[in-house]
Amino acid sequence: PVSLPFAVGQCGNQVGCRFWDLALREHAAVNKKGIYDEALSSFFRNVDTRSGDDGPDIHKGKICSLKARALLIDMEEGVVNEILQGPLRDVFDGKQLITDVSGSGNNWAVGHKLYGYQYRENIVEKLRKTAEHCDCLQCFFIIHSMGGGTGSGLGTFVLKLLEEEFPEVHRFVTSVYPSGEDDVITSPYNSVLAMKELNEHADCVLPIENESLFDIVNKIHRMINSGKLGSTVKQNSVVTSSAGSAKTVQEKPFDAMNNIVANLLLNLTSSARFEGSLNMDLNEISMNLVPFPRLHYLVSSLTPLYTLADVNVPSRRLDQMFSDAFSRDHQLIQADPKHSLYLACALLVRGNVQVSDLRRNIERLKPSLHFVSWNQEGWKTGLCSVPPVGHSHSLLALANNTCVKPTFIELKDRFMKLYKKKAHLHHYLHIDGMEQSCFSEAISSLSDLIEEYNELDATTGGLRTDPSRLKIAV
Amino acid sequence: MSIVTVQLGQCGNQIGHEVFNAICSDIRGTHGLCSKKENESYHDACKERFFSEEESEVPVARAVLVDMEPKVISQTLSIAARSGYWKYDDRSHFCQKQGSGNNWANGYSVHGPRHKEAIMNLVQKEAEKCDRLGGFFTIMSMAGGTGSGLGAFVTQCLRDTFPTSFILNHVIWPYGTGEVIVQNYNSVLTLSHLYQSSDALLVHENDVIHKICAQLMNIKQISFRDVNQVIAHQLGSVFQPTYTAEGGLHYSRNPLGDLMEMLVPHPEFKMLGLRNIPQMPENSLAYSTFSWPGLIKHLRQMLIANAKMEEGIDWQVRPPRLGSSIPSSHSTNKPLHFNTSVANLVILRGKDTHSVDLGSFQDPSLYTSWLNPRDAFNAWKTPRAFNKYEKSASLVSNSQFLLKPLDNVVGKAWNMFASKAYIHQYTKFGIEEEDFLDSFTALEQVISSYSIL
Repeated sequence: PVSLPFAVGQCGNQVGCRFWDLALREHAAVNKKGIYDEALSSFFRNVDTRSGDDGPDIHKGKICSLKARALLIDMEEGVVNEILQGPLRDVFDGKQLITDVSGSGNNWAVGHKLYGYQYRENIVEKLRKTAEHCDCLQCFFIIHSMGGGTGSGLGTFVLKLLEEEFPEVHRFVTSVYPSGEDDVITSPYNSVLAMKELNEHADCVLPIENESLFDIVNKIHRMINSGKLGSTVKQNSVVTSSAGSAKTVQEKPFDAMNNIVANLLLNLTSSARFEGSLNMDLNEISMNLVPFPRLHYLVSSLTPLYTLADVNVPSRRLDQMFSDAFSRDHQLIQADPKHSLYLACALLVRGNVQVSDLRRNIERLKPSLHFVSWNQEGWKTGLCSVPPVGHSHSLLALANNTCVKPTFIELKDRFMKLYKKKAHLHHYLHIDGMEQSCFSEAISSLSDLIEEYNELDATTGGLRTDPSRLKIAV
Repeated sequence: MSIVTVQLGQCGNQIGHEVFNAICSDIRGTHGLCSKKENESYHDACKERFFSEEESEVPVARAVLVDMEPKVISQTLSIAARSGYWKYDDRSHFCQKQGSGNNWANGYSVHGPRHKEAIMNLVQKEAEKCDRLGGFFTIMSMAGGTGSGLGAFVTQCLRDTFPTSFILNHVIWPYGTGEVIVQNYNSVLTLSHLYQSSDALLVHENDVIHKICAQLMNIKQISFRDVNQVIAHQLGSVFQPTYTAEGGLHYSRNPLGDLMEMLVPHPEFKMLGLRNIPQMPENSLAYSTFSWPGLIKHLRQMLIANAKMEEGIDWQVRPPRLGSSIPSSHSTNKPLHFNTSVANLVILRGKDTHSVDLGSFQDPSLYTSWLNPRDAFNAWKTPRAFNKYEKSASLVSNSQFLLKPLDNVVGKAWNMFASKAYIHQYTKFGIEEEDFLDSFTALEQVISSYSIL
């Protein structure tokens, strides 16, 4: 089944670039014979380029030329150009790009209303073309940031478009949320305006905070530099590293952070691509983790962040991996799930891990976690046999937990701080199609969402009686 | 007569493969412990039942493989072929690309109707290969989307297309602490629908088999493959050829029909549990000896006390004395934790089976009062040892074995349903709240019926 990523905006494309690179590396490690297989076809087409770039797709047999199934969208050229000049240039062709020159000025309205309107047909056409090449389109991924203009505005425009054109295909969104100290002053506006679209049109959202990524990167550097791990840690197996991949240019500070997000996407799709004793498709993720349509924000955590040289890791170490997945150090957003309410939880395991290991750890960790009354045993599990490159096993945990509420409340507060003073509003309102109501509807949507989480939180504590069962006349 | 197996979803295909493996390995083995003639008869009966002879060097399993995603079937086909001892028919499979997303409604309402023709064509082809069709054996899990939802739909189609054939559904009960969050919904929908079209449901619980792997087989890092192999052994112990009558001259020709006739006297009671002893790691077999009286005693107590395996049997539980006034939770005379049976079938394989005394299973106090115990109990035997076990005893029981698990699943599903969680995922594909209520009602009825035995 095919997953189709859309990288929108600067952040989206930088993460996207790391993602394609790591995906190629992962498939190269597994696919020694160079045969174009089912796993590769999730993300790549096999094109016969002997007669030029427009050659036909080859569905079986040897790999000729791999082209990523993707759309790269940016209203500035910098990042996309860099990708096209870099080592991944052969993986994309001009027909997958939509770019402009002047950018969106960190303005959601410019991205959504102005460029949305302008590029709508272009996007739909390229989308249809790309989808035509897909045997079976299972889901769309949008990779973007919330705080700017393009990723935020145009990104959510694309989201709406995807729902209109392909209503049955699941829409996953990886959104990088701005921190409190974000240097874009209007990021609260952009984020809240984008949130409304995510509430209404996304099936699943994986919110990510730069602060968390930054902390993870630092933690890894500290561990490596402290020498505590000594020779047991392999440098090029670090989740943040692009060593061994196509990149030869000096790493920029965000590269390590983007690598983490790229790894998230790889792990998320691993069980759909590779075999295992308990497969987990992306459709299953949204089915099991979204009990009510709007409560679709999932906290993600990844472990391990580095690997150890032992291939046969004893159970104790394996169990440590499970514990780490529930530690805040490994989360991609700043939140506290252990002190909030779990609605659902998924564990995607890769590598030599069996069902008994899973069960042992679930039993062990369960008592310290609070699950909602109607889902006391709410675990969705997947076992994929193929581990990530350089690791013997890995675990991705996805939690639907009310701990995202504080993040949203903070976002709402930052928004209100600006909105009350009507700061910078005129930049938005003078865009065709933008009105004051867009703002009030957006904040209302966010408030409603927060209220839904509140209602669930209110169910904890106090006496709970199970609803009485149907009575049958004997 | 031949049985056509329909393997549905990841679980169904993984287990199906292990079943054919176990059966093939059993007939290949030289540990039959019986005469050459006997062995040949057994061999031939098994081949006719499960394999077809085509222009192929190895036997071809009579099976249809169905899944909504390609990876498992592709693996299953290739591993079977690589064994060199048997294989599947290369054309006898159907798969799609996108899976069912653990959504029963997707499996039942979307994939079912969409792919009905293609799937039933494959089934028809397999059925036509049989000289005489003995019925269908479907393997599925209740927890996911394909095995459960599409499986329920296919079972209905089998019933419609082959109204007089026997249909036995092998259903896997998922682990209590999740494999799938919506597993209880999927289970309730599956069971209620199967009850309408199927003749009987033969159940294996993952939790139980897992314990067997841990405590009896001494496996340290238990994988699904280990679980599936134990299940396959237990199924083989039921479906490999046996004599159904004392002094029978040939192996039973109609295993599914016989099973139904003996175990399902009333359509309200279709839940069958399975116990098989002894169960131990292969390398311990050579050092162990068993006595039939010992095995029968254990098996009977496992029945009475509802023990899931041979360890930890509660010997305190005793059948009530008929006519006594022991207080109980219902208006019958049965004490609280005594497992009452509708009907039981014991299957004995191996050395000295002809001399085994099964009188203890004919005790009327084991059974509900509306059946004559002579009709409620049956035994199948063969001197031919199964799968390297010198002696092997299986019990297929229509009793209160599954009452508690069923009640648990319905309870959890109801709890979730009361909050309406996940319902939108089902209504999206046309399964409405009313359909859920119908399913709940049907199962509460089954629970009630089994409770007052």
